Amino acid sequence: MTVLADAQKNVTCVVADILGGVGVRRRLNQMGIHVGDTVVVRRSGIMGGPLLVEIHGSEVAIGRGMARKIVVGGDDTSK
Amino acid sequence: MNIVLVGQPNCGKSTIFNEVAGYRSISANFPGATIQYTKSQINVNGSVCDLVDLPGIYSLSSFDEAERVSQQYLINEKVDVVVNVMDASLLGRSMELTLQLLDLKIPMVLCLNMIDEAEKKGIFIDTDKLAKTLGIPVVTTVASRGKGINDLFRKVIGTGKEKTTGIIQKNSKDVEQVIEKLAAAIDKSLDDSLPFVGRLLSIKLLENDPFFVSYLEQSHPELTTVIETYQKQLSKTHGRPSDAVINGERHALCLSIFEETATLGKPKIDMRKQVDKVLMHNIWGYFFLLLFLYLFFNAIFRFGAMVEAPFIKIVESSVEHMDVMFGTGSVWSMVAGAVINGFGGGLGIMLPYLVPFLFGLAVLEDIGYLPRVAFLMDAFMHKIGLHGKAIIPAVIGYGCNVPAIMAARIVESPRDRFIASVVAAMVPCAARMTIIMGLVGFYLGGTAAMFIYLANIIVISITGRVLSRMLPEVSPGMLLEIPQYQVPRISSLLQKTWLRLKEFIFIAWPLLIAGSVILGLVEYIHLTVPVNKLLSPVTWILGLPESTGITLIFGVFKKELSMMMLFQAVGTRDLLSVMTLGQILTFTVFVVFYVPCVATIGALYKTVGSKRMALIVLFTFILALAIGFATRALGWLIW
Repeated sequence: MTVLADAQKNVTCVVADILGGVGVRRRLNQMGIHVGDTVVVRRSGIMGGPLLVEIHGSEVAIGRGMARKIVVGGDDTSK
Repeated sequence: MNIVLVGQPNCGKSTIFNEVAGYRSISANFPGATIQYTKSQINVNGSVCDLVDLPGIYSLSSFDEAERVSQQYLINEKVDVVVNVMDASLLGRSMELTLQLLDLKIPMVLCLNMIDEAEKKGIFIDTDKLAKTLGIPVVTTVASRGKGINDLFRKVIGTGKEKTTGIIQKNSKDVEQVIEKLAAAIDKSLDDSLPFVGRLLSIKLLENDPFFVSYLEQSHPELTTVIETYQKQLSKTHGRPSDAVINGERHALCLSIFEETATLGKPKIDMRKQVDKVLMHNIWGYFFLLLFLYLFFNAIFRFGAMVEAPFIKIVESSVEHMDVMFGTGSVWSMVAGAVINGFGGGLGIMLPYLVPFLFGLAVLEDIGYLPRVAFLMDAFMHKIGLHGKAIIPAVIGYGCNVPAIMAARIVESPRDRFIASVVAAMVPCAARMTIIMGLVGFYLGGTAAMFIYLANIIVISITGRVLSRMLPEVSPGMLLEIPQYQVPRISSLLQKTWLRLKEFIFIAWPLLIAGSVILGLVEYIHLTVPVNKLLSPVTWILGLPESTGITLIFGVFKKELSMMMLFQAVGTRDLLSVMTLGQILTFTVFVVFYVPCVATIGALYKTVGSKRMALIVLFTFILALAIGFATRALGWLIW
């Protein structure tokens, strides 16, 4: 278990939990990120910039702070 | 018949709207391009209908401005048909809004837009099956190329006449029971005046939607405990908050609908992904960002300057001609001269810069480059206390501050919205751009003009940083969809440029001419001297000729007026004969930074309230004086 902010690039992982309040949960849900979904970090900006995350075939930029609130379970490639 | 386009951000609602209603709604390839709704009358096979383009929403709730506008419209207005537009390539995610719209029990048509994108991604949708599952017609379109639009509106009219509503999708049994129980409990207490259905209300209350919760708290405070009981019941049985349960259920439903109706094939190799490897690269991305900006402003400057020079000569000689015709110093020569000044100024000094600028901005918007800029700039925006999303209002601000401040509403927290509005108001808009180009660019060269832009960015950064220190709060951070690049359609680019240009031609330009005449009359009755005396403290600090004082007042109405009035106030177009290069630079810098124009002040009032608006006006005035004075000192050192 780690948070999305620390996840390796180009490795598929599964969202295990979303920390924080209803606001964070709601905004992530809107972007299609829910507990149980698979996400891949494609790119990370310099100087603490955002992550570019692939989710359900679309790309979403997620700020570091928010990415630290997304708990992901190890890679899903074994499946 | 009232037809309403509803859908998630950047799914092409405005493109569809513009396709049938003519270009009236600014569409762009970034989420949240529409903040207010646009309405138009359209003619579908002989029947006249109203068509409304609502701001994009991810769900039918009321957490942010766009959502509130859309939610309130759907609840309070009489809607005959909802056209749920979705980006077909995001079927699973977009379906979440669809399910909530079904709960409204309004006749509905589902429009799978960008169906070509979906197929490129290897998503093939069985529209018949989807239509059967949802109980509503499903139409596929490629709005950007006008494909399927006729078919869509035929179905829409049919649905509106038949008044068929879709099939409400049920959650798992235990959740559904709680929803029904709560709905029944509320129904007993509420009368029929409620503009929405009990089931929808029940779901929204379990989701803790601020509008519905406060609606009931005010009208039926006794229900608060009932609501809480059911919220708790739901969270107890599922081990997570009730809103998460509802959202989770909806998500699961959508995924199962997606799996039933879509087959996944092999996605085509997309060259556009390769482009992002360079344009979003940690080093090359910034290189290209700077290169694009440089090329963009250089092109505008070169084109504009090429046209400006000969024009000034023509206007100058025409004004002299008027003097000969009507006699120097007569009231008619003054009026005629002023009209020529205003008209020629707009044609020769404003339009040559404005047209390429607005066109270029449209290109950047429609290609979808702006969200990439937001991604690249996020880390830097954090330094000034904002996050990357706030770069979008800032960039729009280079066109006009008014829509920029409106766009600041896409930023979630009120504190961020305030800072983003201040930033948006300080960005030199197209009007100020023409002043920078027309005065500094023209007399001191393109590099000097670039320096003003650079200085402006530095000042904005410092302001943002100071403000964020004064208003400490943890920013919620960026969460922004990065859409695919799209090849812009020339017709859409031209129409968008024209839509924005109209603003200038029909509002600013006549004002420019009227302003010229007013200034001429003020001069004629010798009122300029007392006005200039009144403003002499400002001109004194800035080291400007006293006669320029009155032009600063005009600038508050419309920024462009300052420059046009300057020519008239000093009595010549050959500025160098009456002002030094340092004075021209100081004047421009002051006009760029001081008090935003009346329209911008109005937008600020709407977005941040009267107190903060007054604060911004005062702040920018003092700031402009200080920077103007510094420029004066700089000019003194150089020349």
